[in-house]
Amino acid sequence: MAKLPLEGIRVVGMTQMWAGPTAEMHLADWGAEVIKVESLHYLAVGTRGPAPRHPKFAVDFVKGGYAAYLKEGYDEVNGRPWNRSSMFNVHGRNKLSCTVDPMKPKGKEIIKQLVQVSDVFIESNQPGVMENLGLTYDVIQEWNPKIIMVSMSGFGQTGPLKYYRALGAHQEDFLGHTYLRGYVDRDVTANSAIYHGDEASGTAAPFIIVMALHQRNKTGKGMFIDISQAEATMTQLGEAILDYTMNQRITERTGNRDLYGAVQGCYRCQGEDRWVNITIRNDKEWEGFCRALGNPEWTREERFSDTLKRWHNHDELDRRIEEWTSQHDHFKAMYTLQKEGVAAGPVEHPDDAYNDPQMKDRGFFEKVTHSECGTHRYPGLSYRMSKTPNLFRSPPVRLGEHNEYVYKMILKVSDEEYAELEREGHIGMDLVPDLEIGKYKAE
Amino acid sequence: MVEQPLSDVRILDLTWYISGPNCTKLFADYGADVIKVERSGEGDPARRMGPFYQDDPHPEKSGLFLYLNTNKRSITLNLKTETGKRILKDLAEDADILVENFSPHAMPSLGLDYETLEKINPKLVMTSISNFGQTGPYRDFKASELIIYGMGGAMCTTGVGDCEPVKKGMNVIQYQGGTMAATATMIALYAARAQGIGQYVDVSLMESQMGSIDRRMSELLAYEYNGELTPRMDIAGLLQYPYGIFPCADGYVDVAGGFMFLNRIEKVLKMPLMERYGGVNQFDVERREEFFANTWYPWIMERTRREIVEACQEKRVMSAPINTTEDLLREPQFQERGFWAEIDHPVVGKLTFPGMPAISAELPWEIRRPAPLLGEHNEEVYASLGYTREDLMKLREGGII
Repeated sequence: MAKLPLEGIRVVGMTQMWAGPTAEMHLADWGAEVIKVESLHYLAVGTRGPAPRHPKFAVDFVKGGYAAYLKEGYDEVNGRPWNRSSMFNVHGRNKLSCTVDPMKPKGKEIIKQLVQVSDVFIESNQPGVMENLGLTYDVIQEWNPKIIMVSMSGFGQTGPLKYYRALGAHQEDFLGHTYLRGYVDRDVTANSAIYHGDEASGTAAPFIIVMALHQRNKTGKGMFIDISQAEATMTQLGEAILDYTMNQRITERTGNRDLYGAVQGCYRCQGEDRWVNITIRNDKEWEGFCRALGNPEWTREERFSDTLKRWHNHDELDRRIEEWTSQHDHFKAMYTLQKEGVAAGPVEHPDDAYNDPQMKDRGFFEKVTHSECGTHRYPGLSYRMSKTPNLFRSPPVRLGEHNEYVYKMILKVSDEEYAELEREGHIGMDLVPDLEIGKYKAE
Repeated sequence: MVEQPLSDVRILDLTWYISGPNCTKLFADYGADVIKVERSGEGDPARRMGPFYQDDPHPEKSGLFLYLNTNKRSITLNLKTETGKRILKDLAEDADILVENFSPHAMPSLGLDYETLEKINPKLVMTSISNFGQTGPYRDFKASELIIYGMGGAMCTTGVGDCEPVKKGMNVIQYQGGTMAATATMIALYAARAQGIGQYVDVSLMESQMGSIDRRMSELLAYEYNGELTPRMDIAGLLQYPYGIFPCADGYVDVAGGFMFLNRIEKVLKMPLMERYGGVNQFDVERREEFFANTWYPWIMERTRREIVEACQEKRVMSAPINTTEDLLREPQFQERGFWAEIDHPVVGKLTFPGMPAISAELPWEIRRPAPLLGEHNEEVYASLGYTREDLMKLREGGII
């Protein structure tokens, strides 16, 4: 039996929010030992939920949402909200967590010892944070010249925007993505904030990191890698940028319309807020579409008779298509159209997704038991390998869950020292009381 | 001079359109030798997708193709002929990686499935990217950028509640699938080198979205935890209201401020706001409206994007201008970091392209050659397999290349 691809690689992570933790997740999924180094004295905005002890009334008030907590049994006073966040528990699988207070000299010494036995050190803090902690690359490389250190921030470690405060949504604004999406007939304020930069850079980063390991195997040298989340995301907007550099033309948003002339849209179906997306690219697909609808009279009108005419009469066509879709269930519409060779698919709310036959057949969701959250189905791996098959090996990691392992097995700390580190606030599983978000608690 | 990290990697690239080419582009720009196998005559359909240089729909002038295929070599090959298949197998023997993003039935029906290729080259990593994966009831369904986002991604919560859900910009969903495939392929390559095992990597675009961090996974888990669906609402509907995009003197600007960070907004506006509005939240409609009408809009509408963003950032309020591509190219940040690459192409000349996704002295990113002309490297690649010029003539006459 083959080992997992990254077995034997140790990664130390001091990452926040979504992009850095996503990078860690890919590495952890494929066998790297990823040790999250967290603090009982610090919680960055949104990393393990919106706030250290988010009030119960606010937790109950929010319906759904990406920043939800598990509501059942929620207790902000005696419980541990930070282990129950939907923001964190989706990428926390297969990782280890230890706690240390990096503000104290002894904490820094512990991080040093971990860096010395690791291959990769990854952080995704606001530039300035690692400088304040004295954990910049010049320090890290002295501790371990072979380490691969990765810093991922919104705009990178240099340049006039280096210290700019930004979430994924603000990066999107700068790099032009916000302007490129949304409704044609409404302005740019009428849309949701999105965080595409987190998935784009969080998925590119593990590519870069594994490539760096490959390079290090050849050169024997460690390195520093500066990832600007904005730049990593811009590499996914190539043709919009080229339209400007080739033609000095600013690309405008097109709503749900196709960029290459197909008939395309998102159409209302039966039920509450249920929709189907349809793309009709050519005459053959158009004929299939007509058959699926039972060849109604209107489909034979001259103005819909070829691709160009359909494009020119797109608005009218949209109304006709929606007359049909609105009488159908969104999955039923997909099956009816796909049967005739037409690209169509429902807009899947989470209830649809968990019941989706494809997701079930591929076993995408995995049932996992978490000691504080109970048993639930979690989104699983996004790609499969034939000889190193892989699943959730461990549930979303709890704060400080692996202190014993990390301190005693890796760092060889004695029981007495361990107890002292507990007393000194390095080791534990509970954030200190009165912790303010995004701030280290002053002693 | 440090050698490029992937200079020891050869990729046989059977990809077309967007997701597959984006996957192999990441490898090519870091030094891999990527041999792009295109259909004779037409080549990659991306050559016929815009935007085109000076709006001339010429197969060597597609901005999409020019961007996605830097550093690759192009050969043409008809995989439907026996000779074509034999040549492909010869090429697979020397490759570390093969990437393809045809429909799932295509490679097996050509007799070029992993089981066959594995016998020729046991260390081969073969990556297949498809809409829904290589198995399952949707395996052969058709899809598009929009459809994949709708099924896999957080489209149900993108847009505003009184309108239909709306997609992301351009083709980012397909690009993202390609980035995901590159990561998967790189990890498999690492195992191939470390353990001497090749394997088959199955990447589904739908799952690349279903497992994506941009709200989707978290909203799925929120549903599983609490049985609640997430409503679709615009930015201004968030709890921290006002928090979002606002019009200003020269366009639009994003400010994450409002009542959540009112103590900071007070410093930005240099007005005693806490006194008057401290403790106000989104439910307090009357005072909220008053704040907007009397304080916020008068201030913001008098100022430009740059003025607002600089004033906010100085007081630790997250803020950003809504840039167009033109604004983006002018941002000093990306110029100073050397993000933009100048690439000289024989047909379209010298143009500015997006450049490296990461900066490291030990990981040189380099444009060694622009995107290839169709079949540009037939002679050198086939010569390396031992074909003479006369052989090439025959292959050409036989419609194989």
